[in-house]
Amino acid sequence: MKALAARRHHRLAPVVLLLLALLVTGGVYAALDPSPAQADTASTADIETGKKLFQANCATCHGPNAEGTTEAPSLVGVGAAAVDFQVSTGRMPMQMNGPQAEAKPRQMDEEQTAALAAFVASLGAGPAIPTDEQVDGSKGDPANGMALFRTNCAMCHNAVGAGGALSEGKFAPPLFDTSERNVYQAMLTGPQSMPVFNDANITPDEKRDIIAFLDEQDQGSAGGLALGSLGPVSEGLWAWIIGIGLIIGGAVWIGAKSS
Amino acid sequence: MSENQNPQGPSRDVTRHDGHGTVAQTDRFVDPGVPEHRPRLTDTDPKAAKRNERIIAILFAVSCLGTIGSIVAYFAVRPDGTTPGVRLSTVLLGVAIAVSLFGIGFAAVHWAKTLMSNKEYVEERHSSSSSDEVRGVVQQGFKDGLEDSGIARRPVLKGAVVSALALFPLTIAVPLVSSVGGDWNVGKFRHTLWKKGTRLAYDPSGRPIKAADLTVGSVAHVIPDVPAEERESHEWITEKAKAVVLLVRMDPRDHKRDHREGASYDGIVAYSKICTHVGCPVALYEQQTHHLLCPCHQSTFDISDGSKVVFGPAKRPLPQLPITVDSEGYLVAEDDFNEPIGPSYWERLK
Amino acid sequence: MSTTTTPHATAEPTTLIGKSADYLDQRTKVGVLAKQLVRKVFPDHWSFMLGEIALFSFVVLLISGVFLAMFFEPSMALTTHHGAPATMDGQLMSVAFSSTLDMSFEVRGGLLMRQIHHWSALIFVAGIVVHMMRVFFTGAFRKPRELNWLVGTLLLILSLAAGFSGYSLPDDVLSGNGLRITDGVVKSIPIIGSYMSYFIFGGEFPGEHIIPRLFTVHILLVPALILALVGVHLFLMVLNKHTQYPGGGRTHKNVVGYPAVPAFATKMGGNFFIIFGVLALMGGTMAINNVWNYGPYDPSPVSAGAQPDWYMLFLEGSLRLMPGQAEIVTWGDWTLSLNILVPAVIVPGLLFTFLFVYPFIEAKVTGDRGEHHVLDRPRNVPARTGLGVAFLTAFVILALAGSNDLIATHFALSINTITWVFRILFFVGPVFAFWITKRICLGLQRKDRELVLHGHETGRIVRFANGEYIEVHRPLDEQERWLRVNYDVRRPLEIEPATDARGVKRKGYKKDKRWQRLSQFFYEDRVEPVTPAELAAAHAHGEHDELEPQHDAPALVAGSGSAEREH
Repeated sequence: MKALAARRHHRLAPVVLLLLALLVTGGVYAALDPSPAQADTASTADIETGKKLFQANCATCHGPNAEGTTEAPSLVGVGAAAVDFQVSTGRMPMQMNGPQAEAKPRQMDEEQTAALAAFVASLGAGPAIPTDEQVDGSKGDPANGMALFRTNCAMCHNAVGAGGALSEGKFAPPLFDTSERNVYQAMLTGPQSMPVFNDANITPDEKRDIIAFLDEQDQGSAGGLALGSLGPVSEGLWAWIIGIGLIIGGAVWIGAKSS
Repeated sequence: MSENQNPQGPSRDVTRHDGHGTVAQTDRFVDPGVPEHRPRLTDTDPKAAKRNERIIAILFAVSCLGTIGSIVAYFAVRPDGTTPGVRLSTVLLGVAIAVSLFGIGFAAVHWAKTLMSNKEYVEERHSSSSSDEVRGVVQQGFKDGLEDSGIARRPVLKGAVVSALALFPLTIAVPLVSSVGGDWNVGKFRHTLWKKGTRLAYDPSGRPIKAADLTVGSVAHVIPDVPAEERESHEWITEKAKAVVLLVRMDPRDHKRDHREGASYDGIVAYSKICTHVGCPVALYEQQTHHLLCPCHQSTFDISDGSKVVFGPAKRPLPQLPITVDSEGYLVAEDDFNEPIGPSYWERLK
Repeated sequence: MSTTTTPHATAEPTTLIGKSADYLDQRTKVGVLAKQLVRKVFPDHWSFMLGEIALFSFVVLLISGVFLAMFFEPSMALTTHHGAPATMDGQLMSVAFSSTLDMSFEVRGGLLMRQIHHWSALIFVAGIVVHMMRVFFTGAFRKPRELNWLVGTLLLILSLAAGFSGYSLPDDVLSGNGLRITDGVVKSIPIIGSYMSYFIFGGEFPGEHIIPRLFTVHILLVPALILALVGVHLFLMVLNKHTQYPGGGRTHKNVVGYPAVPAFATKMGGNFFIIFGVLALMGGTMAINNVWNYGPYDPSPVSAGAQPDWYMLFLEGSLRLMPGQAEIVTWGDWTLSLNILVPAVIVPGLLFTFLFVYPFIEAKVTGDRGEHHVLDRPRNVPARTGLGVAFLTAFVILALAGSNDLIATHFALSINTITWVFRILFFVGPVFAFWITKRICLGLQRKDRELVLHGHETGRIVRFANGEYIEVHRPLDEQERWLRVNYDVRRPLEIEPATDARGVKRKGYKKDKRWQRLSQFFYEDRVEPVTPAELAAAHAHGEHDELEPQHDAPALVAGSGSAEREH
């Protein structure tokens, strides 16, 4: 104690105290912070919770029983998968009017999303949320996935999923940060402009192959910096900026008089 | 409105067509001559010169290290076929080679700039044309040569030699051009693999499609149902280039009109996937607007309204494949397309 | 023993180099050539090294191309690929594509060489463009260099052909769709279009001949033509001697600079290594043309962001901007696809025609038949600079139009709006660019005049005893002034009158009048350089600008100082 007190005027004392205070605050918070509840299978309680959430957040546009209004389509039969996709990516509840609903930080947590999904699923039969095994890319064949992706997906989402333009300000978003489950659900439910790729068109195994292909893209490019994987336009831009920039810089240096 | 700020009017100076352009001003400044040569630090200060010499030597040494590094990288890093493995090999080799090259480049330029003499020289230019004397000799030479050939007196020979020389290239040109074009049968543009009864199949897996498989909002990329072995040949790719089809199911309430009378089936439409602009696959289907967008030049077709062009550089709607279902519920074509698919060409309507 | 013919003026060579040179000279008279070259003077300016960008990246293309040609198999026969990458394993593809994958993933340094080769191709065309810009804006295409300008424009076209044929070789979906577009454009040509399509592909698209044919074009025909024309280009440049910027001592009768050996040759050699180094660095660290992401060519898939390499974007943009209504069916049921012919044949035709004929038009409107070896400062030729900027504006607008889908995704705009904006900008932009560039040039010329007449502002304020404040100006030194006054004035053509002395209308007057009007467009608005008389006049009434002895306090106290203000 005496040793500590003797050092109380040391110039590093404030730093140490600050660190201690931060550790204590953080530790207390971590100990007391409520951990998020685990989602489990739908129960009647979920459907009730979901209904309440729905009335509060969705009914204004989708109608009190999700039957649809002039503002928004009916959700009867869209299935739990559609709800899980839209709500977990934050697209719904839609906040801004624009060419399309955009992904944003999610408003509902896992538990609430599951409740909403259960409620909407109870209104009419529709695509279910896939199991973890169905969306596990490591079990899929990336080569077959690539063949399917380039025929069905690349024209909107770009060859490796970097995203692309549609008409009138709409766009197909990049897929780099999309979860495996949401890739599956998007194919299954066809959100907004995206067509529906039901299980007869792209079978569940084929969907998993596509997920495997997208997982491969996480490794980046074998050639170095991927530069966004946007194709020849960005390559031309970098050729001018970096290539011609460096070379002309060199030429100016060569031509300059030495002091 | 002339903006010239020359106090003298334009009428004073007549345009001169001499060797120096249109200038006729007599009142001009005098050329001050080449500026005085200023010595560099390395010319006057031997320590600076020595220091730069060392820098240049070091740069050359760095280059050698780069070369050694690239050879080491070549033998030490074997690409293992994985993305990170190939990337490591590529980056190491590339950077080492760049160091080797930059070393020589910077060293050479620095040497030229700092140590080599930078005294400016003046060299005279000579006239760009030959002297009159030379021209005279050449002119006379050709005249004499023409005289010796006797061609001036023999017009028949003139015509004969020109005809023969003009014709002989045909001996090579005709076989070359003709053979390069294959069978020249442009009539093939009008026909595709589709026939009455050909089933529609998913591309690339080749599974045939049942009408019930398609839900509203579905899109399928379609090829004619052909045995798998036939799909592994060259001829297949060339036929596929005309035969690919986009299959869409719409809500019948949204489906206003077919491009080809009676070609759809219960809200399911099949249109040629080859753009009528310059031939890219038109593949971006926007489910909610029923617009089909081509990614190459943004031609937009409204599938609910006979594939009419609503934007972009295409003129004609996409040809429509007439479909129905067979006894087992599979979608089949009723006939081939009734017009050539893809881009227009001169004799398209003949 | 010494020879019995001409006696040697110099001593017998003793070193190895000396002996080799002597051996060669006795058989080839190479001394004559060496005499011209060894201490030939070349002017030194960084903007004269832009052509070297193109030349040296071409050398890099040849070197890396040899490596690639050792491993590439130009065949469209189908094979099942086994091996890396994982996304291509077991897939059916052409041998060309499969060999490209093997070269990238199995051959050590293969991907590096592919990437160096592709980056060099992009830099090659970019180098030609910046070099051409320098030549255009400084007027280096004037007599005696018009032929070299034509050779250079041909080289530009050949570089496009080399690039196009090259990136189509791997037979992937992206370049294959580019070939399909080419087929569509060719088919649109009246009368012979469908036959030309058969000629190129040896049958229907895609057939099995196009890749081997492009390979021959890419490694044999085009490089041979490029090498030959580059040889002519450099020969003419050496023969005519390089141009030089205006400055003290630099006239149209001399060249001021450094001798070829050693300084100039060393700098050129160093530049080669630096350019090669940049290309190697880019090839090693920046991914380009990863064809396994596009997949082997199949007529069904297509990717968002389907564009050709940057130098073809002007054609792509042109095709995207043209509205579709222009396809017409003529009398007789023939289809005339103007919606394709205009953007893909007529617009590039106009752009290249402008490039080819410009030197001759400018020569005609100046009436200038003299040789020019001193370059123009771009501000001194406002109309030419304006036309050049207008041309570049049109080119850039087309290139941006070709990237409209990427602009849409990156700036959250509607692709349809972007297309409409560019449709209008394509016409309005170059006109506006011409006008504003010309205004800027004239403004800069006026600024130069002011500088010559009044000198640099020093920021020193001096107050005289009578209360007058002046800012002291420092007159330009000889070199600075010479740079700003040494340019040729061009005035509109003067033509002979419409009727001759007896009132008879002169034949050829109408044509002359047209040329005169064009000449007025070029040269009506002009700023002429300061003459010594004007400078003297400026000094006479601008005496307060400089501190002269007559401004001593005693002379001014008497109230005589109402020296005329700056006009």
